[in-house]
Amino acid sequence: MNAADTPVSRFVRRRPRSGAAGFNRTGAQTSPLALRSMQSYADEQVALPTPIADSAAGKGIAAMRLAYVRDAGEVGSVPMPGAITGAFALCATRLAGGAAELLVDKLGERLAWERSSVRLYQALIDKATALAASTALPLEVEELRQLRDEALEHMHIATSALDSLGADSSALTPSAAISALVTHGITQVLTDPRTTLHQCLEAILTVELADEASWELLMRLAEAAGQDELLFHFHRAFRHEHTHVRKLKRWRDELVLGAPDH
Amino acid sequence: MDLLAHTGVPLEDQMLTWREMAGKPISKLDDDAFTRVRVILMNALELDAMRLQDSGARNEADLRLSLACVRRIEQHQATAVSWMLSADHSALEATVACEQVAVELTAAIAQHEQDPYLAQVYRFGLLENLDRLYRYAALLDRLEGKDANNILQGYTDIVPGRPTPETHRAPRDDLRRPSGPKARLASRLHMILVAAAALRARDYYMTVGPAFADPVARELYAEIASCGEQHATQYGTLLAPGRTFLENWLLHEAAEVYAYLSCAQSESNPRIRAVWERFCDYELGQLQHVGELMRRHEHRDPAELLAPGLPAPLEFRNQRDFVRDVLSEEVHLRARDSGFVDRGGESAESLDYRRRVNADGSPSTQVAQSYHWTAGTELNRPRPPS
Repeated sequence: MNAADTPVSRFVRRRPRSGAAGFNRTGAQTSPLALRSMQSYADEQVALPTPIADSAAGKGIAAMRLAYVRDAGEVGSVPMPGAITGAFALCATRLAGGAAELLVDKLGERLAWERSSVRLYQALIDKATALAASTALPLEVEELRQLRDEALEHMHIATSALDSLGADSSALTPSAAISALVTHGITQVLTDPRTTLHQCLEAILTVELADEASWELLMRLAEAAGQDELLFHFHRAFRHEHTHVRKLKRWRDELVLGAPDH
Repeated sequence: MDLLAHTGVPLEDQMLTWREMAGKPISKLDDDAFTRVRVILMNALELDAMRLQDSGARNEADLRLSLACVRRIEQHQATAVSWMLSADHSALEATVACEQVAVELTAAIAQHEQDPYLAQVYRFGLLENLDRLYRYAALLDRLEGKDANNILQGYTDIVPGRPTPETHRAPRDDLRRPSGPKARLASRLHMILVAAAALRARDYYMTVGPAFADPVARELYAEIASCGEQHATQYGTLLAPGRTFLENWLLHEAAEVYAYLSCAQSESNPRIRAVWERFCDYELGQLQHVGELMRRHEHRDPAELLAPGLPAPLEFRNQRDFVRDVLSEEVHLRARDSGFVDRGGESAESLDYRRRVNADGSPSTQVAQSYHWTAGTELNRPRPPS
């Protein structure tokens, strides 16, 4: 299948060309008469809270959440290694109680995040490929492919690290499950045929900013656990992420501010 | 089990608070996949109960109050069961779970069904659900970067079944032979369960499909929701026509008792098991109520419909060997009228329908192109040296 003739590309090409001003109906001021009438009716029907801060605090909601949080179990457990490897034993010795499990959990999270990132970049590549046919872009599609391939490399770094600890890299750890909730919205942005390149770059920038901070944390965990081999690979991933963030910001800025003069 | 010998909880004592309806959900990570299978199945059956009772209320003026009372508690039960599915399931993960229900439930029932025609229909449907599971697993991997086996937990294979693009048929070829007046109680309960699961799948796909931004997902859900409609037609036409509404209602309540009892007997999570037991007692109370209505309005003994009592409990366990055998022996079968034929024997009407509906392309083909399930997603496969 031709890369430029995927279902995504075909939908993208039908997208309206500009994000120009138009008749957006969502604001209350679209209909000033209705606004005045609605506001006075609402004021008449429901008394304003006193003091006004009560509504912002949402006391009723807070009480319900409190009760549920107190009663809730956890999302799930960290799967324990099938066999205790030397690396895991060293982690358990060097790290304070429970931190070896935390390392497995956070590695599972990174694995899931990077795996999703590969799919997110692929969606961005599909969109950029479709747009490139008719629009000048601040980036080369090939540059996005490099970012995708590095996300894949990072996924393998996390997988190998879990393997070296004797953990099951195919299992879903609690933090991995939660991270999927975070990336869900990004997937929606990147795969929507109507979103612009600028909107997509903003979305994936949030992914990469979180990614950079997470590899930094993993480096500190690996250092504390005496895992020099892991630290070497984590540092490589961190450096890549730093570069990804810089590139994405540059492309995003060019779209918003225009290309720099120099 | 003699159903009418158990009074259950009287209708007026059946009550759930909002807190009980929105109770603690299951864990996607730590609960057994069959706990989720039971949750989805029971939600399907409760929704089907409401569907039946809604349609009854339109025609049966004398039963409207009874229907409103029973339907109120059925709706609360449906809510409590549906809310058990934790919010960290993405719609696509819940979809994979939905197809696991279809595969495992249909396989279990196909083996226990004594009527050879019904068993054949279930085996036929099973291979179509297996394929849909494979297509959705491909989408989950390629859209969200997730492994469907985190949901399936090694119980259900992720392989192509009867290819989805080839299962689009003219409505005539989805009609099945209705069961006769002598059908066994076990067969009737099976039909209700399988039809309820198919209807829930169709309705769920139609609800979540438009919430996806990705055009590939939107097309795939549109296609498989239509497949769900075909299965709803297929299984719905097995049910015997010409019964009174009260007969159908009584049998449905019996199916609910049977399913909750089966769930309670196999559930590994004690907190969830307590819900199944409580709801089984509720359903027994509802069955008594409908039985009484039958005596009063039709001057009939409900026991004549419920003999010889409930069959052996439903099995909630992996049916891998059976599914693989059916796949190797029956994947070539196609439906024509109410029967099954070889691949070349399909009707011109179905072939024409398929050509037209696939005219703009086949989403289920495109999403799963070269898809080969691998533990940890296809990205986890070692890459050939460049």
